[in-house]
Amino acid sequence: MSGAETVIRIDGVSQAFGAPGDPRRVVALESASLEIARGELLSLIGPSGCGKSTLLNIVGGLATPSTGQVTIAGQVVKGPSPQKVAFVFQENTLFPWRTVIDNVKLGMAFQGVPKSERDDRAQESLKAVGLADFTEHYPSQLSGGMKQRAQLARALGLQTEILLMDEPFAALDEQTRMVLGEDLSVLLARTGKTIVFVTHSLVEAVFLADRVAVLTARPGKIKKIISVEEAHPRKSSFMTSPKLSALRNELYELLHDEIRKTMTLRGETGQSHE
Amino acid sequence: MSKRLVQLGVLIAILVAWYVATLPGGVHPLLLPPPIPVFRNFGVLLTTSSIWPDLFVTVREWVTAFCLASTAGCLIGYLVSRSGYAVRVFDPLFAGLYSVPAILLFPLYLLFFGLGAGSKIAIGTTIAFFPVVLNTIAGLSYVDKAYITAAKSMGANSAQLFWSVMMPAAFPVILTGLRLGCIVAFLSILGGETISSLAGLGHRIVSLAENMETSQMFANILFAVAMAIIINGLVSFAEARGRRGFQ
Ligand SMILES: Nc1ncnc2c1ncn2[C@@H]1O[C@H](COP(=O)(O)OP(=O)(O)OP(=O)(O)O)[C@@H](O)[C@H]1O
Ligand SMILES: [Mg+2]
Repeated sequence: MSGAETVIRIDGVSQAFGAPGDPRRVVALESASLEIARGELLSLIGPSGCGKSTLLNIVGGLATPSTGQVTIAGQVVKGPSPQKVAFVFQENTLFPWRTVIDNVKLGMAFQGVPKSERDDRAQESLKAVGLADFTEHYPSQLSGGMKQRAQLARALGLQTEILLMDEPFAALDEQTRMVLGEDLSVLLARTGKTIVFVTHSLVEAVFLADRVAVLTARPGKIKKIISVEEAHPRKSSFMTSPKLSALRNELYELLHDEIRKTMTLRGETGQSHE
Repeated sequence: MSKRLVQLGVLIAILVAWYVATLPGGVHPLLLPPPIPVFRNFGVLLTTSSIWPDLFVTVREWVTAFCLASTAGCLIGYLVSRSGYAVRVFDPLFAGLYSVPAILLFPLYLLFFGLGAGSKIAIGTTIAFFPVVLNTIAGLSYVDKAYITAAKSMGANSAQLFWSVMMPAAFPVILTGLRLGCIVAFLSILGGETISSLAGLGHRIVSLAENMETSQMFANILFAVAMAIIINGLVSFAEARGRRGFQ
């Protein structure tokens, strides 16, 4: 990644929910800093509740940080930037009252794509995710994996340079997410987008990413960044390679301590109840 | 299927009990007329035009009340749903008022609007307003946040957000409110007419009772019941169609 220009610059970003002194106050992020290069795929991994979704929302302009700032291509993020950034959310956000293709087209309508272009672009992005035969289905008629692919198609249809994905495959079984991961690697290598990908799966993180950023337990900050250095698109043989398992183990060591921290905290509050 | 059979069985049992109770030596026909003359009178009601003037009065009151209640309910519901603060203030307020028996206002409405259509329209509008406004608030203010976030992330402006996300998401709930409003408007107008009125179906039933024409009265009650059932069927059908139509 050396030499590539930085597209997303996360600069000392902190986020707290609730006023100071409020017993429910949560400091989700504490001066997280990170730079993401053009065309890079960066995985964010960390204990549950450490602020990964919060960070992603700040990068996408859906939330304003308490302190610090994010710049995209040199411009400070102040709100959603639909021309530059597209999201794939963890929960299903396809509109159930619209067919798959109408969902994709509605995204483009929101973004401001001329009507005449929408249909071609929607067909194209649905084809790219393998849903060409399901364009007229309603979301409720799709399987979980197909719904996530439809969400991906909606994001791809926006043709943004940056894609933010928040645990897009979290709700799926392991086999399905492995296959989707392989497809995603091929697809993304072709589009050359800059991607931030939040996941709980160590294997998925290593398999997809150029770099994996490990967050600490809450308040989250960047604990360590690991480079994967393997050409895209990744082959399925990479999944079973010693290189991947070595990186996976390294991540496991890093994460294990952090997860322990959150668990211990929970244990202590449990005891104080007795 | 068996559900339908049981329902039919219950209806038949009621008819049989009615028939048996009015056999000679049973209940006096002035209190409970036998079913056969009642159904004969009902047949006459359906085939002659004698009921039309009263039917017209009731239907006009009902349509007016429903139009007023649904316009006011949707509009106020929309305005309230725009601010979380207003929802927290007005939602419990409307729900509380809804639980007060609004028919208690009827004597007041008689004073304000007279014995004619005005007081019936007022009571019908008052009672139908609440389900409409409550469902409009519920529908619009509890739209899944994830849809709104997703739409905003794709650049939706506030008009797009309203017409393409809020409305379709809230529509089934609002439609349920309109269906309830439509039915309770009819019921409360009939009720109002039986309490005090100059014309209408309810008025007709009361004057027949006062003249001891119980068999005629029962035929008219049967007519009102049949109307309520048909209205319920029609608006349920419209609701189901509307839900699909908005997809
Ligand atoms: N709107 C909010 N109001 C109050 N607290 C919030 C809000 N959003 C997030 N939090 C808190 O911030 C912390 C981080 O939340 P976040 O959703 O970013 O975690 P995460 O790392 O994405 O977790 P997970 O892996 O479980 O999705 C949590 O403790 C959460 O309770
Ligand atoms: Mg999350």
